[in-house]
Amino acid sequence: MRKVAIYGKGGIGKSTTTQNTVAALAEMGKKVMVVGCDPKADSTRLLLGGLAQKTVLDTLRSEGEDVELDDILRPGYGKTLCTESGGPEPGVGCAGRGIITSINLLEQLGAYDADQNLDYVFYDVLGDVVCGGFAMPIREGKAQEIYIVCSGEMMAMYAANNICKGIVKFAEAGGVRLGGLICNSRNTDNEQQLIEELAKLLGTQMIHFVPRHNDVQRAEINKKTVIEWNPECTQADEYRALARAIDQNKLFVIPTPLAIEQLESLLIAYGLAA
Amino acid sequence: MTSPDDLPDIDEARTDILAGYPPKIAKKRGKQLLVNTPGAEGGAREILANVRTSPGIITQRGCSYAGCKGVVLGPTRDIVNITHGPIGCGFYSWMTRRNQTEPETESDANFIPYCFSTDLTNDEIVFGGEKKLRAAIKEAYDLFKPKSIAIFSTCPVGLIGDDVHAVARDMKQQLGINVFGFSCEGYRGVSQSAGHHIANNGLFKHIVGRDDTKAEGEFQINLLGEYNIGGDAFELEEIFAECGITLVATFSGNSTIEQFERSHTADLNLVMCHRSINYVAEMMEKRFGIPWIKVNFVGAESTAKSLRKVAQYFDNEALTARVEEVIVRRMAEVAAARAEITPRTQGKLAMLFVGGSRAHHYQDLFSELGMRTVAAGYEFAHRDDYEGRKVLPDIKIDADSRSIEELKVEPDPERYRERRTPEQLKALAAADLPISAYEGMMPQMERESLVIDDVNHYETEKLIERFHPDVFCAGIKEKYVVEKTGTPCLQLHSYDYGGPFAGFGGAVEFYRTIDRMVNSPIRSLVTPPWLGASPTPGAAE
Repeated sequence: MRKVAIYGKGGIGKSTTTQNTVAALAEMGKKVMVVGCDPKADSTRLLLGGLAQKTVLDTLRSEGEDVELDDILRPGYGKTLCTESGGPEPGVGCAGRGIITSINLLEQLGAYDADQNLDYVFYDVLGDVVCGGFAMPIREGKAQEIYIVCSGEMMAMYAANNICKGIVKFAEAGGVRLGGLICNSRNTDNEQQLIEELAKLLGTQMIHFVPRHNDVQRAEINKKTVIEWNPECTQADEYRALARAIDQNKLFVIPTPLAIEQLESLLIAYGLAA
Repeated sequence: MTSPDDLPDIDEARTDILAGYPPKIAKKRGKQLLVNTPGAEGGAREILANVRTSPGIITQRGCSYAGCKGVVLGPTRDIVNITHGPIGCGFYSWMTRRNQTEPETESDANFIPYCFSTDLTNDEIVFGGEKKLRAAIKEAYDLFKPKSIAIFSTCPVGLIGDDVHAVARDMKQQLGINVFGFSCEGYRGVSQSAGHHIANNGLFKHIVGRDDTKAEGEFQINLLGEYNIGGDAFELEEIFAECGITLVATFSGNSTIEQFERSHTADLNLVMCHRSINYVAEMMEKRFGIPWIKVNFVGAESTAKSLRKVAQYFDNEALTARVEEVIVRRMAEVAAARAEITPRTQGKLAMLFVGGSRAHHYQDLFSELGMRTVAAGYEFAHRDDYEGRKVLPDIKIDADSRSIEELKVEPDPERYRERRTPEQLKALAAADLPISAYEGMMPQMERESLVIDDVNHYETEKLIERFHPDVFCAGIKEKYVVEKTGTPCLQLHSYDYGGPFAGFGGAVEFYRTIDRMVNSPIRSLVTPPWLGASPTPGAAE
């Protein structure tokens, strides 16, 4: 079983990219579980055709200790298994602690056990690694490989670099590695070359360049992944290509994060200051 | 018996202790570990205090929550004190300080024997604890109908951002009683001292000055920084009553919230524990015009001296006569006990590492017993407690101190009342009664003694090894480590099982306690098992 975590700047398209990639893997016959690690609990909406009814933490609160795996795992598109960690409303409590709690519970309940016959677990994590709780999926070997979703926008690259610092911190202790950058295009100047170069400097690869396409938006309105909504469209092939690249990936590294000056000069070199 | 000439060399002792540290720590501890030089040219030495303890050092210090809830607010009997946090903080701060209290009637509220906690669990940490806090306040109100409820924040509350002050405001409105909160998360500041400051701010913001009812009596005082450990405050209440001095409020031994609310009507504040309560004294002076003087009721001579200060301030013949009468009468019993005990204690050595004032105050008691305090220091004091308030303008305010709110206090437009004119205060100062002043511990301590801030276990062991003190005074965390060396340890946070030690009666009790401790042959009669000679008593063959 491969354990994959998807990180990236808030709003960059982590959940959309994750679910479409998972749908493509499922289409390839892989057994995949998706663990949403965002308090908003919207990481599995496209696979489930709507928001999950009850999150892990909500279930834990209402049922006490008496929680069964079936209470929190929902079947989604292509025999995927979906669960949402959930968490507090904005501005209250500790979402990080919530993620720690729900991942521990999933483990105790045997969600990762061999009899589940999983090929992949995907963790879809909220935004940046802001505190210990959000680092949970990459701690103690819970996730072994990380993909960072980014774009050619400065702040997305900045966040990617920051996440790499988090990975370095846990790489030695937990054995987590960076599998690559996924460029979710925003149609900025020289975007592909820029992200390829950033990936090179970070010691990794751009594993796929996902072009921008309105079909993604159309599928989302229908609460579906592109692959389910219109398997024939070109964007579906892009996600299939990304899924294949991840499935066949052999390049797992401890990244080499950049100094901020390095990052800025990279942007200048690619003509963005012009 | 040790005469001062037999003492190990004090500079050598200091050098030896510091030699055990890595260079960087030695440099820092060197500034916190001084040979006392009172009256030296260029003034006394500057001590480093109220700074972070270096990681790895086993310190005596406590946390901000302990200072706020445990020390300052804990001793008041009719406030329901709710610890907002996981259960441990509440449970382990439950009645550990032996603050005594005595409700006037059986039906009067007394919550001191209780322990209230919101018992936060993982669920509240994730989803926020405000709901549970509201429920706890409501439950406490329904069960006990208290006049007031206070909320004390523990570490996780600050991390998850529960707004205890908003909850307090809401519940105050809803229940119609005084509800207030403290952001006294354990990690704030460098020691419990931060908690004292936070508690002082809360007392002043939410309680002091809410009730203008004036007490009967010509000479009205408050006693600040007396926490009634082992019944100390009871001793002092009795003395004040005998002298005809009206005690409006004690902060906070044997106190009620009503006393705090009326405390601004008194005419003089007496400050015992300078460190834990000087903020309230200063703020009351600014807002209400009440002058404060530093007193010490630990030690019979010091008690007499402090009572004379009060008489001097009120400048009334009848009062002065009564005070003198009480002193003469009470000193007679003290003198008898002292004459009996001192020959057995004369020349013995004491070490005192406790509090932010106690290490100073108790030196007076030891000197009454003819004992020498060869090393002393505070756990959580600031430079002014060592060197005197004259250094206040020179104290560097670091980031740790800055994180504690400093209230801006203005004179109350209606209730500010000048108790003494500036000329009168000046005259008092000239007559050896300085107002708003404290000299600190160092000027009154003997030369060739060690002054040590934030002493630690390593230093404690070294000091005992070198000086073989006859008694070591500290707290529960030190007690058994010290006693393992065969040195008796008196807990001056809780008085073990004894006390009171304040006032005249307390002084006699202290003489007897120390006599028992330093002259008991018990340690010479027992060979500890690790020295191999005797088998453990009762052990099977």
